Amino acid sequence: MIKFLQYLGQSTRTSFTKLGRATYFLLQIISGILSVLARPRLLLKQMYSVGVLSFLIITVSGLFVGMVLSLQGYYTLSDFGAEESLGVMVAASLVRELGPVVSALLFAGRAGSALTAEIGLMKATEQLSGMEMMAVDPIKRIITPRFLAGLLSMPLLAALFSAVGIIGGQIIASGLLGVDEGAFWGQMQAGIDFRDDIINGVIKSVVFGFITSWIALFEGYDAIPTSEGVSRATTRTVVNSAFSILGLDFILTALMFGDH
Amino acid sequence: MQHTSTQDTLVGLFVASGIIGLFFLAMQVSNLSSFSEGDGYTVTARFENSGGLKIKSPVSAAGVKIGKVSAINFDPKTYQSVVQMRINSKYNTLPDDTTASVFTAGLLGEQYVNLEPGGSDAYLKNGGKIEITQSAIILEKAIGQFLFKSAAEDKK
Repeated sequence: MIKFLQYLGQSTRTSFTKLGRATYFLLQIISGILSVLARPRLLLKQMYSVGVLSFLIITVSGLFVGMVLSLQGYYTLSDFGAEESLGVMVAASLVRELGPVVSALLFAGRAGSALTAEIGLMKATEQLSGMEMMAVDPIKRIITPRFLAGLLSMPLLAALFSAVGIIGGQIIASGLLGVDEGAFWGQMQAGIDFRDDIINGVIKSVVFGFITSWIALFEGYDAIPTSEGVSRATTRTVVNSAFSILGLDFILTALMFGDH
Repeated sequence: MQHTSTQDTLVGLFVASGIIGLFFLAMQVSNLSSFSEGDGYTVTARFENSGGLKIKSPVSAAGVKIGKVSAINFDPKTYQSVVQMRINSKYNTLPDDTTASVFTAGLLGEQYVNLEPGGSDAYLKNGGKIEITQSAIILEKAIGQFLFKSAAEDKK
């Protein structure tokens, strides 16, 4: 019994100190933003490895998700003779939920894990301490550009995901299922509101980009500098990101779409 | 140097395609292009019962969507429902004796305001009032009346 209480107390203490370190780390990242903006080349390089390299997986998954939504939605909607509503169904579910959430999950798997492994390995091979020895701040030089790149790439990737998904859904709907193309787009435009649906989706993806980059960079920076430690940190990044994305999505949806 | 310039191009392409994606969502998917909040004028109509009308419900004339409902309030003095509609400024030639009625799209579809133009020469302006209105048909009421009537006929 005492053992259990001891274990509970210890794990509470370690998780709180970790949260504290993560918050302090975030403040350090934010304080480095100005010096990164003065050197956009660092940011550009990270935009390439975080954003451009995630481009393919995001667009291909978006296409397939849109196609499946269209196909699956058609079977349910055709029971009620409401195939024309397929467009609004595909677009609303992509723009509001699936676009931000699925692209953030893919982003965490594709870019987040790579970031953690990269930073963790830099720490394990003492590159970060080496930088400090040369009076180069590793936060400003290494961490903040990656954070900003994640924050900027995520909304772009989510918008691409939704756009490609809607096109994929349209191809299936009018090509394979014979839904009228005009009705598909017309119902969609009538049902989707710019402010309520699209802007809220963009806000969601910015929040997810923030949280995923933060978790990935912190886990890498905080990793035990051994090969096992880095591998564990990478796993934690993917698991924690997925949890936070799905949990935050619920909260954001309740806040944004709760009142109507 | 060669390498970084290709990288620049790819990042530029990525950002551009992301922005195009957003633009596509805004213009093609949402209602931003067809109806913007800025250009339009507001008219109000008083209904005895506005039924299931909601904010953003369509306002249409001759089956074409020309605006949407912007506010619905209850007037505590006259016990009426005050419906405010925002109509696209393209359609500024509605006569001031236009009739507004709450209709249902299909049997169980969403409710909308239908405007039936009258014959007056004066047009509705911003802040104008539609005097002639027809309330929503409440399905339960209609069924109730029908049943009552058929029961009364049976007794005869």
